[in-house]
Amino acid sequence: MSETTAQDRIKGDIAANDVVLYMKGTPVFPQCGFSAAVVQVLTHLGVKFKGIDVLSDPAIRQGIKEFSNWPTIPQLYVKGEFVGGCDIVREMFQSGELQELLTTKGVAHKAA
Amino acid sequence: MSRADRIRRVIEAGLAPERLEVVDDSGRHAGHAGARPDGETHYAVTIVAAAFAGMSRVNRQRLVYDLLADEFRTGLHALQLTTLAPGEAPRA
Repeated sequence: MSETTAQDRIKGDIAANDVVLYMKGTPVFPQCGFSAAVVQVLTHLGVKFKGIDVLSDPAIRQGIKEFSNWPTIPQLYVKGEFVGGCDIVREMFQSGELQELLTTKGVAHKAA
Repeated sequence: MSRADRIRRVIEAGLAPERLEVVDDSGRHAGHAGARPDGETHYAVTIVAAAFAGMSRVNRQRLVYDLLADEFRTGLHALQLTTLAPGEAPRA
């Protein structure tokens, strides 16, 4: 069952990496403005993250939407917890809540 | 009825918002993945509703996504959402 495999891979990836961004394209070459905006925030904060390109993997593209019950990409996970998509990440960054969350979760980042 | 009209109708019925703005941004995304030749794929929606008070950002957006599930099933691709409770300053 490929669906089970996709869910297992998602669980594995968000358990093995402190910060995971499901996105379109790669952190170096984002294929979507919303994904690019989140990459920009994380890069600005100097956060090390794993980017997972859903365009290159249809099973993950569908699987992540089911996993999070969230219909759109990008999706940011910190320490296994779903944080949100582009609008939420941008709002949290502007208000300083994202930096607080990273500090609380013990994820290294620059003060900004 | 356009998708923008349907989005407006569903959100008005579901959330009784104080303020609701629905902007069709599909033209700005023409030609890239998720866009369709006839548009109606990308929207920016601002909602001010009492229903959001005390809810997290994620739950606010989930509420809107749930209301619009039929639209996502029929080609809605991207929704830029600003979800505010009355009295909250615009955050973006």
